[in-house]
Amino acid sequence: MSNQVNARKLIALACIWAVLLLVPYWMPPLGGYTALGTRVLVLGLAAMSVNFLLGFTGVLSFGHAAYFGLGAYGAGLSLKFLAPSTSISLLMGMLLGGLAGALLGTLIVRRRGVYFAMVTIAFGQVFYYIAFQWSSLTGGDDGLRGFSRQPLDFGLFSIDILSNTNNFYYFVLFCFALVVAVMGFILRSPFGRTMLAIRENERRARFLGIPVERHIWIAFTLSCFFMGFAGALYALLNNFADPKGLHFSQSGDFVMMAVMGGMRSFWGPLLGAAVFVILQDYLSSITVNWMSFVGLLFVIVVLFFPRGLLGVVRRKLVS
Amino acid sequence: MLQLLLFNVTNGLIIGAFYVLMALGLSLILNLSNVINFAHGGFLVVGGYIAYTITPYVGFWGALLIAPPLTAAIGLLVERVLIRPLYGRDPLYSLLLTFGLAFIFEDGTRFIWGAQGKPVTVPAFLAQPLSNEFFFITGYRLFMVATVAVAVTLLFVLLRYTRLGIRIRAGTLDLETVSALGVNVGLLRSLNFAAGIYLAGLSGVLAAGQLGLEPTMGAGLLMPSFIAIIVGGIGSLTGTLLGGLLIGVASGITAVFLPAASEAIMYVLMAVVLLIRPRGLLGEEGMMT
Repeated sequence: MSNQVNARKLIALACIWAVLLLVPYWMPPLGGYTALGTRVLVLGLAAMSVNFLLGFTGVLSFGHAAYFGLGAYGAGLSLKFLAPSTSISLLMGMLLGGLAGALLGTLIVRRRGVYFAMVTIAFGQVFYYIAFQWSSLTGGDDGLRGFSRQPLDFGLFSIDILSNTNNFYYFVLFCFALVVAVMGFILRSPFGRTMLAIRENERRARFLGIPVERHIWIAFTLSCFFMGFAGALYALLNNFADPKGLHFSQSGDFVMMAVMGGMRSFWGPLLGAAVFVILQDYLSSITVNWMSFVGLLFVIVVLFFPRGLLGVVRRKLVS
Repeated sequence: MLQLLLFNVTNGLIIGAFYVLMALGLSLILNLSNVINFAHGGFLVVGGYIAYTITPYVGFWGALLIAPPLTAAIGLLVERVLIRPLYGRDPLYSLLLTFGLAFIFEDGTRFIWGAQGKPVTVPAFLAQPLSNEFFFITGYRLFMVATVAVAVTLLFVLLRYTRLGIRIRAGTLDLETVSALGVNVGLLRSLNFAAGIYLAGLSGVLAAGQLGLEPTMGAGLLMPSFIAIIVGGIGSLTGTLLGGLLIGVASGITAVFLPAASEAIMYVLMAVVLLIRPRGLLGEEGMMT
């Protein structure tokens, strides 16, 4: 029985990676473009980072766009002022998002439930206002411009990821795989199991002597680091960072992706991100009122598919 | 200098009063039903636009009387159809749903009334400054504060002395017991929600007279109300009242010395409160979750 389940899991995993690896080959013929695939990957990574906290620790952060946006600004500023290096910019973006999360996390974990969500939203907006107001550094409302991703330099040879979109896709896929592996590793570790215990029954976990607050803080901080990394990739993708990436409506989009895909599963948010990004891309090309449709999508998913797409599939498989 | 400070403190108090009105509605719904109503700003905008539409027929005073109940009726409909199925579930879902609703409201108002800002004319005698010396206190601003004061007093009287109010307060503490005592909890939640949206509609009419109307204004006004609730303490309406006034005055004073930070000061205030008193100024000990 468990062998069968394991085999099924392995096959699913192989399928996911095969689909992701072959994106540049199947996406354009279907009417998409490779950059759309890159977008899905980056936003999917962000949604998975949100879900690391939401789905596996059970606390709802509705302000994660802040750390995503900080990652983007960190990468952009690093490329613009510090060093013309893609890898350093990724590192700086991740550090900026993660450290800000670690710092604010100490305040945020003092609350639980609905109020956790409220505090995260409110704190998330701080960075939006800073990016908006500090226009001499961030470019204000117009966003941060004047930087572009740099070729990957390996000494002997270098890879052009700026003009070759396929190369850039594979670079992002490599980064994605790296972070996802770390995430999976953490979730399998004793620490990850403790996160699940807190999600299932916080009081019991506390009685077992688990320092719940510290665990939630660590999970929050880790997810902010992942988020900052995703944000840095997003800045490299667009060669641009703007305050909208920090706004709470962006956080809502991430949570939506996670819920729509299925927040109790590891890969759900990626599926959610794919559906969300492609739908948004399509809707905004056919109607100016696409916001209403996105809003309607929220309402429909919440009312009729609260378990998300993977949840529906799983239920079908069981019955 | 002194006059500038006075100007900004008064200004802050007026803005604070406005935040209070909005935050109280949000707080009512949050306390009883555990729903973070993200669409609160959307309801505010809808209230404002309803006032704008009916002003030519019934005048400003008529709009002030009619628009809030109409908004509350829309709120009641939304609660009955969309939010009610979510009560037993994780608060995440009602949050996401109202988040989507906020999108629909913003886009809908843009579709119906256009993206261009719309002015709402207030009666001429309200638009005059009171005196030359205190040029910044127009009649309308005083009128705003007076309206908020009346509305808040009425709300507190309602909660304190009427049967409905007592049930709402009891439900905030323990909804299950209230239900077991034979109170129709569904109806209670609906009325409470409608009351919250009524306050949003009233804020909308008041805001329309002061700021004019734009489809996007709701989202910007929502965040200060959140902060007012967190600073004031969860579960305490008096706390919300205090929190709203406090952040209003704080941002007013900051505007004198460091205009760029007048928005950020609210967040600093919130951080400080969470650091030294996590349950908020008047929050109750048991209300940690």
